[in-house]
Amino acid sequence: MIALSDFLILGALLFSLSVAGIFINRKNIIILLMCIELMLLAVNLNFIAFSHYSGDIAGQVFVFFILTVAAAEAAIGLAILVVLFRNKHTINVAELNKLKG
Amino acid sequence: MTENLLLTIAFAPLVGSIIAGLFGKQVGKVWSHRAAIAGVATAFVLSVWVLKLVAVDGQTYNEQVYQWLQAGSLSLEIGFMVDALTAMMMVVVTFVSLMVHIYTIGYMQEDNGYARFFSYISLFTFAMLMLVMANNFMQLFFGWEAVGLVSYLLIGFWYKKPTAIYANLKAFLVNRVGDFGFLLGISGVLMYAGSLDYVEVFAQAPAISEKTIAIFSGHDWSVMSLICILLFIGAMGKSAQVPLHVWLPDSMEGPTPISALIHAATMVTAGIFMVTRMSPLFEFSETALSFILVIGAITALFMGFLGLIQNDIKRVIAYSTLSQLGYMTVALGASAYAAGVFHLMTHAFFKALLFLGAGSVIIAMHHEQDIRKMGGLKKYMPITYWTGLIGSLALIGFPGLAGFFSKDSIIEAVHASNLPGSGFAYFAVIVGVFITALYSFRLFFLVFHGKERFDTHGGHLPHESPAVVTVPLILLAIPSVIAGYLIGSMVFGDFFGNAIIVHADHDVLAHHAESYHGVIGFVLHGLTALPFWLAMAGVATAYYLYLVKPELPAKIQQRFQWLHRLLDNKYGFDDFNQIVFAGGSRKIGQLLWKVGDQTIIDGAVVNGTAKTVGLASKLVRHVQSGYLYHYAFAMIIGLWLLLTYFVV
Repeated sequence: MIALSDFLILGALLFSLSVAGIFINRKNIIILLMCIELMLLAVNLNFIAFSHYSGDIAGQVFVFFILTVAAAEAAIGLAILVVLFRNKHTINVAELNKLKG
Repeated sequence: MTENLLLTIAFAPLVGSIIAGLFGKQVGKVWSHRAAIAGVATAFVLSVWVLKLVAVDGQTYNEQVYQWLQAGSLSLEIGFMVDALTAMMMVVVTFVSLMVHIYTIGYMQEDNGYARFFSYISLFTFAMLMLVMANNFMQLFFGWEAVGLVSYLLIGFWYKKPTAIYANLKAFLVNRVGDFGFLLGISGVLMYAGSLDYVEVFAQAPAISEKTIAIFSGHDWSVMSLICILLFIGAMGKSAQVPLHVWLPDSMEGPTPISALIHAATMVTAGIFMVTRMSPLFEFSETALSFILVIGAITALFMGFLGLIQNDIKRVIAYSTLSQLGYMTVALGASAYAAGVFHLMTHAFFKALLFLGAGSVIIAMHHEQDIRKMGGLKKYMPITYWTGLIGSLALIGFPGLAGFFSKDSIIEAVHASNLPGSGFAYFAVIVGVFITALYSFRLFFLVFHGKERFDTHGGHLPHESPAVVTVPLILLAIPSVIAGYLIGSMVFGDFFGNAIIVHADHDVLAHHAESYHGVIGFVLHGLTALPFWLAMAGVATAYYLYLVKPELPAKIQQRFQWLHRLLDNKYGFDDFNQIVFAGGSRKIGQLLWKVGDQTIIDGAVVNGTAKTVGLASKLVRHVQSGYLYHYAFAMIIGLWLLLTYFVV
C-alpha cells in the first residue's frame, strides 16, 4: 500500500525540480514554461492524493478544471512566445529584460 | 437739544466731503470749496448753539441714535453724549476747521488736488466730531481710527513725494502701536464692565478698581491700572507722547493747513480729550496717573529742546506742539483735567494761528521753509507779523494772553500734586517755560527780524498774503488773546460739571480755586511768579543770540558738538526705531523667508516629501530588473515566507 506521504514527497520533489529549473535555466524560455507546467502538475498530484485518501471526489474534479485552464494557458504562453521570437529573434531568457517600466 | 440737531452737526461736514471728494470734477473747484465750507460752517454755527444750550441753559444729552449690531449681551450703538466737555471740543474743532477751510482756498489755489484736499479736511472734521460726541467706546474707536486714516491720507497728500510717503507710512505704523494698546484697553473695559456705554462703565468703576488680574502668574495687577495704562498708550500714539512721538515731526511733510488743523490743533488732542473723558476711570488708578505724569513731563521738556536746533519753520512749531502736548498730559497726570483741556483749547487757537502764519510766510517765500533763508519779513508782511507775535506771546505764556492762563494753571497744579513723579514733572514744566520762550522767539526773530537773507528771485520782494489767508489769521488771533479769560469758569469754576470727575484727595485745582480772585489778580500774581521771569529770560536770550550777536549760536554749536549731535539725532529715537523695529522686522522677515519658508517649508516639507519618495524608489527600482527568473524567484521566496509564517 502506498502511503499518502509518498505522494506528497513526490509532489514536493517535482515542485522543487521545477523551481530549480526556473532558477538554473538561463537560456531557454521554453524550458521556463515547461517548468511552470511541471509546478502546476506537482500541485495537481497533491490534490489527487489528498482527494483519494480523504475519499472526497471534489479534489479530482478540480484537477480537471486546472488541467483545462493550464492547457489554455500553455497555448497562450506559446503564442506569446512565437510573437516574441518573431520580434526578437531569440528565446534566450538572459536577453529578455524588457519586463519593466 | 434734539437728535436731529446733533446729527446735522456730525453729518454736515461729511456731506461736504462727499460732494467735494466724489463730485469734485463735476462741480469744479469753486463749488467744491463752497460745499465743504458750507458743511463745516453749519457744524460750527450749530455747535455754538449747542454750547449755549449746555453752558447757559444747563442741558445735557445722552441718547442712543442707532443700534449697529447686537451680539448676545453686547450691543454696539451709535449715540451722542453732549456735556460741557463735548460742547467745548465741538466748538474748538469746528472753529479751527472752518478757519483752515477758508485759509486753504488761498494756500492750495495752485494745487491739482484742490477738491481732494477739501474732501479730506471735511472728512476729518466729521471723524473728529464723531470722536468727541461719542457716548460709547466703540464709536470713540471709530472716530479715533477715522482721524488716523485721514491723517495718513493728508500727510501723504503729495503722494509723488517720497519723503511724504515715508512720513505717512511712519505715522500710520506708529499710531497702530498706540491703537493696539487702546484696543486692548477697550477690550479690558468690555471684559470687566460688560458694556461699552460710558455711563454704565463709569458707574462700575469703583467695583472694577478693586479687582486684580494675574497676567504673569504670581504678580497681581490692578485691573484699573492696566486698563488705564492701555488706554493711555492709545493716547500716547495719537497725542504723540514719548516714545510714540516720532511720527509728528515727520508729518510736517503734508500741506501746512493740515499741519495746523490735524497735527497741532485738533487730532493730536484726541488723546488728551479721551483721558479727560475717562477721568472717572483714571481717578481710580494712581499708578496710571503717575505714569501719565512722567511721560508727559519727559515729552514736555525733551521735545522742547529739539525745537531749539531745528531750521525748518514747520518743524520748530511741530516740536513746540509736542512739548505743549506734554504740558497737557502732565496736567492730566496731576488730575488737573480741567487745566489740561483748557490748555488744549487755548493751544488749539494759538498753535493753529502759528501754523497758518508759518504757511503764510511759506507762501511769501515761494515754498522755502528754511528759517536761515528768511529774516526781516516784518515790513513786508505786517498782518502775518502781528498775528505771529500774538501767537508766539500766547505760546510762551505772556501774562494776559491765552497761553498764560492755561499754562500757569498747569504749572500750579503740578506744583500742588503729590503723586510719585510730580517733583520731576514740576521741574520739567518750569524749565520747559524757558525753552518754549527761547525756541519760539528764535523762530520769530529769525523769520521777521534781522537781516534779509532770502533769495529775491530777481527783484520779487515778498508781499503780504491774500485776504483768505490773513482773515483766518486775524480770526484766530482774537481767541488767542481772549480765550484765557474763561479760566474763571472753566478751570476754577464748575463749567465742566459732571463731565470731569476728580477725587477729593487728588483735587489740585480746588486748592487753587480758593486763592483765585478774578482774572486781574491771577495776572498780577503771574507777573511776580517764576514762570513769567523764565519766559522773559528765554525771550531775552533769543534776542541776544539771534539779533544782537548772530554769530554766537554757531560758536555755541561748535563748543557743544556732542550736545548738538544728540539733539540733531533727536535723541536717537528715529535711528533706534529704524534699526531695531524696522531693521528688526526686516531681519525677522528675512529669517522667516530664508529659513522658515525656503528651507523648512519648501525644502524640508514640500521638496523633502518628493525627495524621500525619489530616494525610496531609487532603491526599490533595482528589484524590477526585467528578468523573468528574478520575478519568479521573488514569488517563490514570498510563497515560502508566507508558508513559513502560517505553518510555524
